[in-house]
Amino acid sequence: MLALFYIFIAVAIGVSFWQITRILNFRSVIATDKDNDTQGKLFLWFSAFLYAMMIYCLIFMNVLMLPESASIEGEHDDNLFNITFILIGVVQFIMQFVLFYFAYKYRGKKENKALFYADSHKLEAIWTITPAVVLVVLIGYGLWQWNNIMDLSDAKDPLIIEVYSKQFQWEARYAGDDNALGRGNVNYIKGTNTMGVDMSDLNAQDDKQLSAVEPIMYLPKGRKIVFKFRSQDVLHSAYMPHFRAQMNCVPGMVTEFGFTPKFTTEEMRVQSEVVAKTAVINKIRKEKGEEPYEFDFILLCNKICGASHYGMQMKIVVVEQEEFNKWYSEQPTLGENLAIK
Amino acid sequence: MSDHHHKETFVTKYIFSQDHKMISKQFLVTGIFMGVIGVFMSMLFRLQIAWPEKSFTIIEAFLGPHQTDGVMNPDMYLALVTIHGTIMVFFVLTAGLSGTFSNLLIPLQIGARDMASGFLNMISYWLFFISSVVMVISLFVEAGPASAGWTIYPPLSALPQAIPGSGAGMTLWLVSMAIFIASSLIGSLNYIVTIFNLRTKGMKMTRMPLTMWAFFITAIIGVVSFPVLLSAVLLLIFDRSFGTSFFLSDIFIQGEVLHYQGGSPVLFEHLFWFLGHPEVYIVLLPALGITSEIIATNSRKPIFGYRAMIGSIMAIAFLSTIVWGHHMFISGMNPFLGSVFTFTTLLIAIPSAVKAFNYITTLWKGNLQLNPAMLFSIGLVSTFVTGGLTGLVLGDSALDINVHDTYFVVAHFHLVMGVSAILGMFAGVYHWFPKMYGKMMNKTLGYWHFWLTMIAAYGVFFPMHFIGLAGLPRRYYTNTNFPMFDDVADINVVITLFAILGGVAQLLFLANFFISIYRGKKAEQNPWKSNTLEWTTPVEHIHGNWPGKIPEVHRWAYDYSKVDEDGEYIHGEDFVLQTTPLKDGEDPS
Repeated sequence: MLALFYIFIAVAIGVSFWQITRILNFRSVIATDKDNDTQGKLFLWFSAFLYAMMIYCLIFMNVLMLPESASIEGEHDDNLFNITFILIGVVQFIMQFVLFYFAYKYRGKKENKALFYADSHKLEAIWTITPAVVLVVLIGYGLWQWNNIMDLSDAKDPLIIEVYSKQFQWEARYAGDDNALGRGNVNYIKGTNTMGVDMSDLNAQDDKQLSAVEPIMYLPKGRKIVFKFRSQDVLHSAYMPHFRAQMNCVPGMVTEFGFTPKFTTEEMRVQSEVVAKTAVINKIRKEKGEEPYEFDFILLCNKICGASHYGMQMKIVVVEQEEFNKWYSEQPTLGENLAIK
Repeated sequence: MSDHHHKETFVTKYIFSQDHKMISKQFLVTGIFMGVIGVFMSMLFRLQIAWPEKSFTIIEAFLGPHQTDGVMNPDMYLALVTIHGTIMVFFVLTAGLSGTFSNLLIPLQIGARDMASGFLNMISYWLFFISSVVMVISLFVEAGPASAGWTIYPPLSALPQAIPGSGAGMTLWLVSMAIFIASSLIGSLNYIVTIFNLRTKGMKMTRMPLTMWAFFITAIIGVVSFPVLLSAVLLLIFDRSFGTSFFLSDIFIQGEVLHYQGGSPVLFEHLFWFLGHPEVYIVLLPALGITSEIIATNSRKPIFGYRAMIGSIMAIAFLSTIVWGHHMFISGMNPFLGSVFTFTTLLIAIPSAVKAFNYITTLWKGNLQLNPAMLFSIGLVSTFVTGGLTGLVLGDSALDINVHDTYFVVAHFHLVMGVSAILGMFAGVYHWFPKMYGKMMNKTLGYWHFWLTMIAAYGVFFPMHFIGLAGLPRRYYTNTNFPMFDDVADINVVITLFAILGGVAQLLFLANFFISIYRGKKAEQNPWKSNTLEWTTPVEHIHGNWPGKIPEVHRWAYDYSKVDEDGEYIHGEDFVLQTTPLKDGEDPS
């Protein structure tokens, strides 16, 4: 019934438009000099609005941005991003100004004559070559960095962790003392063997799986981590924004990504950008009467995966190597875990 | 109406018409209808984003079983996002834009009596109509419409166990798209053949208006890439219904292992984006073509760098078919491929920059007639630049890692292809309305429509970049599970308010459009004092377009404000129809 009501309202709006337009002069259809003048000036006003918005966003939304990269590999990402952003910022500011200024400056008048100017190879060459040169720099740095991140073949003694995704939770398995993961396949999923590990594989016995209840993924600071991603059902994407890390989890194949944590969670919490951002968040939370927020690294799902996609996350805690070792030695191996059950 | 052509009944004139002008109007009105649905959906899900899980009677009214006490269900949120994307990209900006203006302008601007095959043209529209109907029907199936995102990645789109929308809703989506693709292919082939074969005497390829070049190249990209999507759709239908494993492997869902072995979702992603990326240009190039024509006409100047414009359209078209992998940098494909796609992707910046600079130079020292169509064209250049620049971030694989699938992407593509193409479409409607309906649209409403749309577009999509840079993923029903995103909640409210403003502003357009059809001022033959051939046809539509012989063309389309040595207009006015022969001693441009 309500839908009918809305449709009725829409009809009413339509009818009132009809009435308004009856009054409006439908005879005026082509821009006159007066229109050109008004609209040209409006373009200037609009550019003022646009500039105000751009500057406002750049200054006041700065505090919302992700803090500096918490992984060593991500430093160059931040660098490259800053270079790119400054570049596009400058071009944006200039181009919009020129566009709107011309729209104002050359607004038509009856007595004016436009300049017949059809071509200039020199100008065209300039604006073909300039972007090309700039792009060479961006592409060069970008590809170098891409290679830097994605090439995991030269990682020395990395910690290998399998991140496993399913609707709608994350699980993780560490490779154990041999630092080699046992095979996994959905056919082995049974009971507490939720990640489908093939226990007949010798590498699997010493693997350590995180507790299924509120799993927290611990990572050591300063050691290269190589993640192997698997998915149980649909596509997911393991997104760890603070580390500038993301990789899709694809059913039927293993994907990988690696980085070296640069700060522990504790160090991150006192980092100035994080402190500023947390203060803003907590001010909002206080107004709503919610518990204060404390910074944590996070792994979230960033590929649409079903109804509860928006809640799929896992906490990540980065600690010093010694503390990690202590925590790690306390975790039961899969062999122990599955044998008891 | 002239009476020299054969009899028409109501059905042959208005319904199963083979006249390209009528078919173009059919495309436009259907596209507008679908656009209303698509935009309305975005209003609904923007309400949920701004005020998560707050009750709205409008949601209660329209979402029926897919809401609880005025709060939409998470499934339905995803469905709305999915169908919004599908409708806007395919039904509005592909069929509504390209279908309308290719049909209207190709025969008129090259000097042909009609399309090469009027019958196929009619079939093209009716297939589009059927696919629209199927898509609309899919909104009403019990488990809800397709909800795996407009990219319908399997396995989510293949398994009803994974999400309810992947049942009958998805089946109808696939059927609708298969029909749509057939429509698009038939249309595109017709456009290509017509432009190749039916140009009038003197209309060399290098004398065609840029609209023709844009539509021509667009049709070629469509023919090259749409069949690949069709194959993806068919294979997905096989996987869903006949148990094949093209895209599925090793799946355990709801307590059981499925039989699928050896397929890969990454294959689907390749097939999808092999169309999906060129699709961006299928949407955008016609808008750029329309804009080129309108900017030149209303600047009273030749378009700057005509040949460079053609070259950049071709370069964009070519590059667009070899960059699809930039949607898949982190899909698990080989990182080396990522490098290749980064390289090809960033190259697109060069022809795009050339186009933007050429538009701006065309304005320089012009005598700008700021008609609504011209405002929309200038607006397009603005959003094309803003949106295009952030492409440098997304196209760079190393940077894409961290912004992939965040709101940064949403902001980028909405500005560069969504808003830009829509602005181009509006520009086209305002400019060629007199040619379509023989009436003029009201300019005051047009001005209001433009400024409100512009403000809303930037108000929605500019701040959205920053939400993305805060790391917020797209397609989240609510962000309340993540305290780290609490600080973007206010911005989402502002964005939604701008979105509602933008949505309401479109009512001005609808009112202007439909009222002008009936009450608009009768159009003159050449209201914008334009050079191109369509303005030599009579205002009242006739079959065959020109009453007598088809006119002969003697010059290119851009002889605006051409003067002799004394600074006087060579032909007495600041425009010269393409049919006007060169004077003695006049330089051909």
